[in-house]
Amino acid sequence: MQGELPFVRNKTHHRKKTWIIFLAVFFVLLFLIGRLVYLMVFCSEYYGQKAENLHERERDIKAARGKIIDATGTVLATNQSVCTVSVIHSQIEEPEKVIDALVTELGMGEEEVRKRVEKVSSIERIKTNVPKETGDRIRSYGLAGIKVDEDYKRYYPYDSLASKVLGFTGADNQGIIGLEVKYDSYMQGTNGKILTLTDARGIEIENAGETRMEPVNGCDLYISMDVNIQQYCEQAAEKAYRKKQADSVSIIVMNPQNGELMAMVNYPEFNLNEPFTLTGVDTDTVSGEEKQELLNQMWRNQCISDTYEPGSTFKIITATAALEEGVVGLEDTFFCPGYKMVEDRRIRCAKTTGHGAETFETGIMNSCNPVFIELGERLGVDNYYKYFNQFGLTQKTAVDLPGEAATIMHKKENVGPVELATISFGQSFQITPIQLVTTVSSIINGGTRVTPHFGVEIRTEDGTLVEKLEYETQENICSEETSETMQYLLEKVVSEGGGKNAKIEGYSIGGKTATSQTLPRSANRYISSFLGFAPADDPKVLVLALINNPQGTYYGGLIAAPVVREIMENILPYLDK
Amino acid sequence: MKEKPIRYFDYSLLFLIIFLLCFGLVMLYSTSSYYGSTRFGDAAHYLKRQLFATSLGLVAMFIVSKIPYRFWMKLSGLAYLMALVLCTIVIFVGRESKGQARWLEIGPLSFQPSEFAKLAVILFLAMVIYKTSKQMGDFKALIKIMVIVLPIVGVIAYNNLSTAIIILGITVCMMFVASPKYSHFIWMGIAVLAVGVIFIMAAAYRAERIKIWLNPEAYEKGYQTLQGLYAIGSGGLFGKGLGESMQKLGFIPEAQNDMIFSVICEELGLFGAMCLIILYLLLIWRFMIIANNAADLYGALIVVGVMAHISIQVILNIAVVTNTIPNTGISLPFISYGGTSILFLLSEMGLALSVSRGIKLEVH
Repeated sequence: MQGELPFVRNKTHHRKKTWIIFLAVFFVLLFLIGRLVYLMVFCSEYYGQKAENLHERERDIKAARGKIIDATGTVLATNQSVCTVSVIHSQIEEPEKVIDALVTELGMGEEEVRKRVEKVSSIERIKTNVPKETGDRIRSYGLAGIKVDEDYKRYYPYDSLASKVLGFTGADNQGIIGLEVKYDSYMQGTNGKILTLTDARGIEIENAGETRMEPVNGCDLYISMDVNIQQYCEQAAEKAYRKKQADSVSIIVMNPQNGELMAMVNYPEFNLNEPFTLTGVDTDTVSGEEKQELLNQMWRNQCISDTYEPGSTFKIITATAALEEGVVGLEDTFFCPGYKMVEDRRIRCAKTTGHGAETFETGIMNSCNPVFIELGERLGVDNYYKYFNQFGLTQKTAVDLPGEAATIMHKKENVGPVELATISFGQSFQITPIQLVTTVSSIINGGTRVTPHFGVEIRTEDGTLVEKLEYETQENICSEETSETMQYLLEKVVSEGGGKNAKIEGYSIGGKTATSQTLPRSANRYISSFLGFAPADDPKVLVLALINNPQGTYYGGLIAAPVVREIMENILPYLDK
Repeated sequence: MKEKPIRYFDYSLLFLIIFLLCFGLVMLYSTSSYYGSTRFGDAAHYLKRQLFATSLGLVAMFIVSKIPYRFWMKLSGLAYLMALVLCTIVIFVGRESKGQARWLEIGPLSFQPSEFAKLAVILFLAMVIYKTSKQMGDFKALIKIMVIVLPIVGVIAYNNLSTAIIILGITVCMMFVASPKYSHFIWMGIAVLAVGVIFIMAAAYRAERIKIWLNPEAYEKGYQTLQGLYAIGSGGLFGKGLGESMQKLGFIPEAQNDMIFSVICEELGLFGAMCLIILYLLLIWRFMIIANNAADLYGALIVVGVMAHISIQVILNIAVVTNTIPNTGISLPFISYGGTSILFLLSEMGLALSVSRGIKLEVH
């Protein structure tokens, strides 16, 4: 088997050198094993974690937000299925068709869609809040790379009904204003999660054992608002708003016995389904900051966030304090010459010719300023302030709505005779409408200070009671006797006095009118208001109507009392049912 | 005492080869099924092609092992020339992949001449060194051999630097075994080191590779290395289990090629990786045994060449995948995807088996 070449034997040094090569290879491989040990034992956690981060995709499953349900069981806020349309760049096969489909279905500019479709990213959102039907249509194209995710969007079936009370939610399902904020934690629920493994293209791997955390849907909020009463009140408010060309009209309807609010209107309301659309404003001409300011104005709940001089309705409080302190009796007589001198100031009565001689009872019916100035003087600053505190006037009402404003009252040490006189008929200080309603309710309900509220119960989706909402009450802020006297007096105001425009045949109604001038006085702007309750001897419902800056006649007894009467005419028979 | 030749055949080597082949096919299927199904709609796409090449290679191995290896002495010059021509042609007409033309298209088959060149160089050098074995102690003879391989190394280095380095490595190993001296090789080592440093400094992109090597997380081009490290690191002691690699799902580019060892680490863990390295060591050990017992120096040199080839590729591949050295494309013998590679590897195995047949056992 030898060729033409000589046969050379394998020599010893050849073997030795082959050995050396083998040994060298052996040691190098040993070193590489060492390197592997380092990587796979000591760096394992580091690299393993990094790899996992690369493979895992977390997807949220949105929890449905709890509904808001009124006293009649009507749903005022719910959720609607909407879609989010996105594109996954790496999965797109026919970019032109994808762009065409998205442009036609979503009504977006081609340039904008193209930019997003062609952007190299793992997932690019094209549009959110797309109606479900549109999402379904896009799906039916069957184009690779388009992702249509279903999502919930808050939906308010009554559009503008009680907009400033209910409030609305933002993009992340969080309440922005109103009850949506206050009860956010109940209604929000807990989002679920899906943890999946994906390959490098972002495609989920089937059977990869995804970890799934089910979402917990939010709880439903049951409120004391009655959609029918709210609607009556909104209609009445709108009517007064148009008729008097007012800036705004606010109405509060409350159960004075427990503080449950049945309606709260701040006309004009806004559309809750489009809370960022300014009505009647050319949005192109305003800057971003101005627009936000205008939106804040539009969303403002005046019943809670705005203070005003209560005017004559405050005489109820002065009278109660005087009765409680025993500085006046129903038969006490007063004389009104049309003004009263306080120090060197001549404070006029509404009736400049004077009411002449009158009892305390007729003084209230006439809403006679000098009578109340006299009561204030009899009480004295210390006593007067004692009752403010006792009635709860100096604190916030703790209503379950965000943004309540505090009472703006003189510091006690700064109150001189003139200030005392003006306070006693409701001027020179400011309170919120909700404060007035709550304080008067507490006086006429037998003397129990209530907390005004909408929230009644929290229930789960299937109706199981989670929590009955409790509110603080404070008893004996005035004696029952005083309370009854006030019921009697205020009934007289309506049946025979300044509030006779609120009279309804067959019902006993108590109430008080007010006409307050807003600051600055020189602007001659008024707030006309009327506060009424029924039945007078056992009040079930209390209504405050406030007309802000009416044109023409501005006397509360003439323009606000009929609004309350109209509401009462509708809701009293309704409540009796 | 009578010398009685007994026919010897190295069944251990054959077993190791078959074991490695089977293991390689399993790992190749596991690694390539993702790319196979996403690109060709067939999870077994790469496996089928590799199976075809492997069958062809097994036939070649069987035939070569049957032919007495001294037969190749006459043909080796021709093989070397042919390799040189093919490697030159591929520069001009080769199919490009990632900017480097390495494949010759022959009908539906593609052929990588540089794989053939390794075999040709082993055979040719074995012949040349064998012929001049008496002068191997002379430094001039070493220079002469270097000059002989220089053309093919140059041609291959033009678009496949790593293969050129492997061929140089094989050459040095064969010369080292043939020469009775050590000092020459120490000087040679120093020279290679110096040239290497200059070579790296000469081109900015090579210096960049060094920077990526030192800190793969900081560079976009360190992506492949980093993905490999993620795979290796997430394997841990015993791995995620066969088929459970996540990194092969498109994260490691072309995982079935040069990076397959990282997927093995991820699926089979440190344990599996060590077993594989031990298998290679056993294989290399068998080569050493065969080389040291070969009937003549020619057979020994062929096996040393094959041993050097396998050793260098295994070492460089694992070193690259573990980021022990800068990234360069070197496949893992018997396991990485590549038809030409497996075909010629198995032919080399045939040569080694043929040499093992020539061993004469002396029985006392």
